Amino acid sequence: MNPTFSESTLSNINRLLSRYPADKRKSALLPLLHMAQAEFGGYLSPETMDYVAQLLTLRPIEVYEVASFYTMFHKQPTGKYVLEVCRTGPCALNGAESIIDYITRKIGVTINEISSDGLFTVKEVECLASCGTAPMMQLGERYIENLTEQKIDDIIDRLKHGERLDIEPNPENSILFRSCQGQSNG
Amino acid sequence: MVKLLLDGIEDPSIRYLNGYRAHGGYQSIEKAITMSPLDIVEEVKKSGLRGRGGAGFSTGMKWSFLDRKSDKPRYLVCNADESEPGTFKDRYLMEKIPHRLIEGMIVSSYALGVRHAFIYVRGELIWVAKHLEHAVGEAYSAGYLGNHILGSNFSLDLTIHVGAGAYICGEESALLESLEGKRGYPRIKPPFPAVSGLYGCPTVINNVESIAAVPWIVTHGGDAYSKIGVDKSTGTKLISASGHINRPGVYEIELGLPVEEFIYSESYCGGIKNGRALKAVIAGGSSVPILPAELILKTASGQPRLMTYESLNDGGFTSGTMLGSGGFIVMDDTTCIVRNTWNLARFYHHESCGQCSPCREGTGWMEKILHRIEHGHGTQADIDLLVDVSKKIEGNTICALGDAAAWPVASAVRHFRHEFEFHVRHPDQVTAPNHVANAAAYKYEEITHAKNND
Repeated sequence: MNPTFSESTLSNINRLLSRYPADKRKSALLPLLHMAQAEFGGYLSPETMDYVAQLLTLRPIEVYEVASFYTMFHKQPTGKYVLEVCRTGPCALNGAESIIDYITRKIGVTINEISSDGLFTVKEVECLASCGTAPMMQLGERYIENLTEQKIDDIIDRLKHGERLDIEPNPENSILFRSCQGQSNG
Repeated sequence: MVKLLLDGIEDPSIRYLNGYRAHGGYQSIEKAITMSPLDIVEEVKKSGLRGRGGAGFSTGMKWSFLDRKSDKPRYLVCNADESEPGTFKDRYLMEKIPHRLIEGMIVSSYALGVRHAFIYVRGELIWVAKHLEHAVGEAYSAGYLGNHILGSNFSLDLTIHVGAGAYICGEESALLESLEGKRGYPRIKPPFPAVSGLYGCPTVINNVESIAAVPWIVTHGGDAYSKIGVDKSTGTKLISASGHINRPGVYEIELGLPVEEFIYSESYCGGIKNGRALKAVIAGGSSVPILPAELILKTASGQPRLMTYESLNDGGFTSGTMLGSGGFIVMDDTTCIVRNTWNLARFYHHESCGQCSPCREGTGWMEKILHRIEHGHGTQADIDLLVDVSKKIEGNTICALGDAAAWPVASAVRHFRHEFEFHVRHPDQVTAPNHVANAAAYKYEEITHAKNND
């Protein structure tokens, strides 16, 4: 089935577009791909990218080349929860390697693989600007910092049992795509 | 301790408009709109403020290059794509005091004649972007953004834009490409963004910390700012401290603080974790040369090393380094320099955009060579090859990522060659937990041996 944004997302997109000069709609491509990834299964399929191209009146290749350049866009399906563990510099000095090893063994996956229950994908990522609280990982919109084996046990067990994490973002903060007041630039 | 950027941070309500105003926030706008834009540029020049993203170029000079004769719109873009390993200061400032950045964007836009400004936040920091969005909404409601700001003829729209994960987008021309909805490929300069930047229009791009310093400069004057710090390192700097220290975090320091005090004082890093000895420091984010303990604490001529652009650079790259972004990574005596260098080389290989062959290919070579040395498969010739490849990247690329990839590798070999040689000569020992201590002992033997031969 062809992807189609919900009415509420479409109205968010209109507000998003109003924040860029009227003749520079392509500037909204990265935010729009984030929205598409969130709404259409956590990754960007060719159909999703074609749909985004159509919404911004771009050639599909303009979307593919961008989607393939940025690491936050997944081109393959992932588990429901993507654990993105930092492996760079200060995190490595503070035990990132053994933490990554612990997480993959605990879930029973290799890097980038989806766990058999479909819940988890573990990815190694580069520096997330969280070096003072190493080792750390990103889960959805949140950073989980000062990781220990105990903390990982707790998080993974709770996610497996479908419990909500208190580290999940507060929904009332979700106003990213509020539009500018005033006139657009010209 | 002087606090300009983090002033009021102990009060959690400063994240919101009312709390920020209670700490004197937004007063610089009232003053700015009574001044001529060019006078504000002069004040920023006088302040001596230097770009806090890493390059350290005069912010006032950068502003004065903006093409004001063009009839195209002018843009101000804030670089909040903080991705340099070891650096997390902008994130901290935006998370805790988002209005300080927004106030800086407003007065800077007024000075530059900008009608529409952008803050480009790295995509992973989505919740930080949301804090900023909320704060921008508050600023619109209070009349600090939008049409006829505080009843003046000055109008400004401010857009928060999110990236999607690419270190290269911290390079200013790559950031502009990305903001235009394209791959983050750095542009060939000239033309510089001051003439042809966002959408081909005159554009100024400044780091978060640079822009956040502008309200204080406008309120108190450039002269007052230039009296803080020493010599050409004026003002305060946010330092992100990480690695093997007792108190990691973001510290606002007056430039001129001795490095030794920064590492060992309880007010800052609080010394090395677990009572270990200091081995090395990367002082300004992963791109700057690594220095061994003796050279980070004192210059080659025996002067105490200070946290300034000049003092950290004393001795050039032979015995000095750079203040860079202020990403201060501390390593204790258990750290394997070869492994750490391989880790960083892998980072630069991963983040190279692939436009220029020396960087695209060279970063891959360096990663591979370091991988084999670290894993006991290296040769003596590999060490020289590593330095050779780094020299062939340096200076031969469109943007500074090539240099940023070459410097950590070249400096690690320069200052810790014995450790690379130990890995090559004792491949059976490289996986032993005590191999770092053995490599240090190996250095001692070599030196003793050399002295006996004199």
